[in-house]
Amino acid sequence: MQKAIKKYFPVFALPTLLAFFISFLLPFLMGCYLSFCEFTTVTDAEFVGIENYLKAFQDENFLNALIFTVKFTIVSVLSINILAFFLALALTKGIKGTNLFRTVFFMPNLIGGIVLGYIWQLIINGVLYKFGATLSLDAKYGFWGLIVLMNWQMIGYMMIIYVAGIQNISSDIIEAAKIDGANKVQTLFRVTIPLVMPSVTICLFLVLTNSFKLFDQNLALTAGAPGRSSSMLALDIFDTFYGRNGWEGVGQAKAVVFFVIVAVVALTQLYFTRRKEVEN
Amino acid sequence: MKTKKVISVALVAAMAMGLAAGCGGGGESDSGEGQVYFMNFKPEVAEVWEQIAAEYTEETGVEVKVQTAAAGTYEQQLKSEMAKKDAPTLFQINGQIGYQTWKDYCADWSDTDIYSHLVMKDIAITDENGEGVYGLPYVVEGYGILYNDAIMQKYFALPDKAVDISSAEEIKNFDTLKAVVEDMTAKKDELGIEGVFGSTSLKAGEDWRWQTQTMNVPVYYEYKDDGVQDKENLEFTYSDNFKNIFDLFINNSCTDPKLLGSKSVDDSMAEFALGNVAMIQNGNWAWNQIKGVDGNTVTEENIKFLPIYTGVEGEENQGLCIGTEGFWCLSSQASEADQQATLDFIDWVFTSDAGKEHVIKDLGFIAPFDSFGETEAPDDPLAQLVMQSMNDTEIESIGWVYTTFPSQTFKDNYGAALLEYAQGTKTWDEVKELVVEDWASEKAALQE
Repeated sequence: MQKAIKKYFPVFALPTLLAFFISFLLPFLMGCYLSFCEFTTVTDAEFVGIENYLKAFQDENFLNALIFTVKFTIVSVLSINILAFFLALALTKGIKGTNLFRTVFFMPNLIGGIVLGYIWQLIINGVLYKFGATLSLDAKYGFWGLIVLMNWQMIGYMMIIYVAGIQNISSDIIEAAKIDGANKVQTLFRVTIPLVMPSVTICLFLVLTNSFKLFDQNLALTAGAPGRSSSMLALDIFDTFYGRNGWEGVGQAKAVVFFVIVAVVALTQLYFTRRKEVEN
Repeated sequence: MKTKKVISVALVAAMAMGLAAGCGGGGESDSGEGQVYFMNFKPEVAEVWEQIAAEYTEETGVEVKVQTAAAGTYEQQLKSEMAKKDAPTLFQINGQIGYQTWKDYCADWSDTDIYSHLVMKDIAITDENGEGVYGLPYVVEGYGILYNDAIMQKYFALPDKAVDISSAEEIKNFDTLKAVVEDMTAKKDELGIEGVFGSTSLKAGEDWRWQTQTMNVPVYYEYKDDGVQDKENLEFTYSDNFKNIFDLFINNSCTDPKLLGSKSVDDSMAEFALGNVAMIQNGNWAWNQIKGVDGNTVTEENIKFLPIYTGVEGEENQGLCIGTEGFWCLSSQASEADQQATLDFIDWVFTSDAGKEHVIKDLGFIAPFDSFGETEAPDDPLAQLVMQSMNDTEIESIGWVYTTFPSQTFKDNYGAALLEYAQGTKTWDEVKELVVEDWASEKAALQE
């Protein structure tokens, strides 16, 4: 068996590896190189050193976008995970129509971000109109709009992961806890949650990175309005790249910084939640 | 075991074929004959260009590929298309600023046939020393305040109107315009309109009519006072004039100023076409859009132009804003055969009878080439009015100086500031300050 795997490794893995190399690794390395260059099209670039990085860090918009993104990430990580977890709890109690509910809650996740952004823009503007306002009046509308949108979109997905985790807990343990006299709250915090920590790790990771990298929804819902005050990092990078002649490299430099931030945050989170995982 | 092997081989083959197909699509251009790849800037005429291309291919056998970027995404698309092996052979820049970005990709038009046909040689884009021709203007356009004369006539027929003029053509300065507009707002129920002006669309990406086109007027006058074509530092001396007209737009609109952030250009053109409003700022390119609105009530005879009056002294002689931001560049990176094919295509479009017919009838372009006779002009009412204004020696047309605005970032920031001003979250002084600061910093960023 081992031998067969070795023998067929190139046949099965090579196409994927090749695709990964061409469409992921290569552009990534090229992007890193371009962040040190001045260029108009990506095929002819002129090396300029760290100038782009200096400009990127001096750019106020970048800092504002970073703060906005961090705030957004904190709120959405908490709200999405808590709501998704309780939905999962409710939908593992064996109430009638469980499958239907699960499907319906999961469905928003199947719609693309741009479409969702425009739909929610219509909905939210429709409500705000009644109060003589629109999404572009204040960044806080955009902020909470995005939170609502992301919750709506991601809760279903996270819920499915939690459902799988909860169903995995053997009923023996729950029963044992009951016999030992643990009440519902104690069972939840002392038994259920520690045992679904692997799911928590995955869910936190997904929401964290998705919130940090959010682009489509941000672009479609507010496009940064008013001004650039509701721009998140990805949108700011995009705007830098295309908004000014000769600043393509700065946008690229921001993108590299962005990558480092996301990687550090995600890896730290993985390290800490992994430690909390226990054997079932 | 055997069947498994067969299946796996089949799978791998399928995958490999997919890969090969993915990579192999582009390699057909080496057939000796040149090809044309035109990156079209104007989505509103995308279909027309495709039709022209198909017709040309049918007639000559030369392949013409037309690609159109969605509104507001031209630079993005161009940047990625130009990096490809089969890059566009013909693309558009929007003036001197665009030329700065693309100068390494622009070939010289000086010795071409089409350049010898160009009438307005002074508006073509040259390099820093005024040499060579790197951007070829291919269309002349004009904009101003469009009005629906049916509604205006209704207003001027009112017995209790507050002004003593009797037709919209007599509006010759900002004060008269303001008096008429404000009186019309007061009587909007009698006139059956929801507001005088259509929505000042300030949604992000939909604000170009104000941050560039309205802004053109004060900047034009500032340049004129200083006798220059461009400035490193804008003082925005005519900021009050901009405020005049902008206030008039937002305060007499069918939409509450606070809600303007959700309105698009399409929204406001629909309001105008349906007869809900009497005026809207836009250019001759808007006619097709107005005509295409379901339930359009604006007839050809009733659509007219007013210059954008802002209360500048001597503006009685001011005409429409006439110029272009449509400059074609011939890609210097394209092979000689492709360049020649592109030139042949352009010659065909602008000098052959079939091509000219398309330009006039379908594209509706006022083409600045002498191959077009006096009578060979588009028959849409707005283009006619622009040509009239252009040929009238009494009035002073406002040139398009907004091609010198420093960057898209400047325009976006300014548009956002205008929105905040309309919403009441920024004062006019703050907007003015931002314009002056941004102009200087964005111009400086260009120099680096």
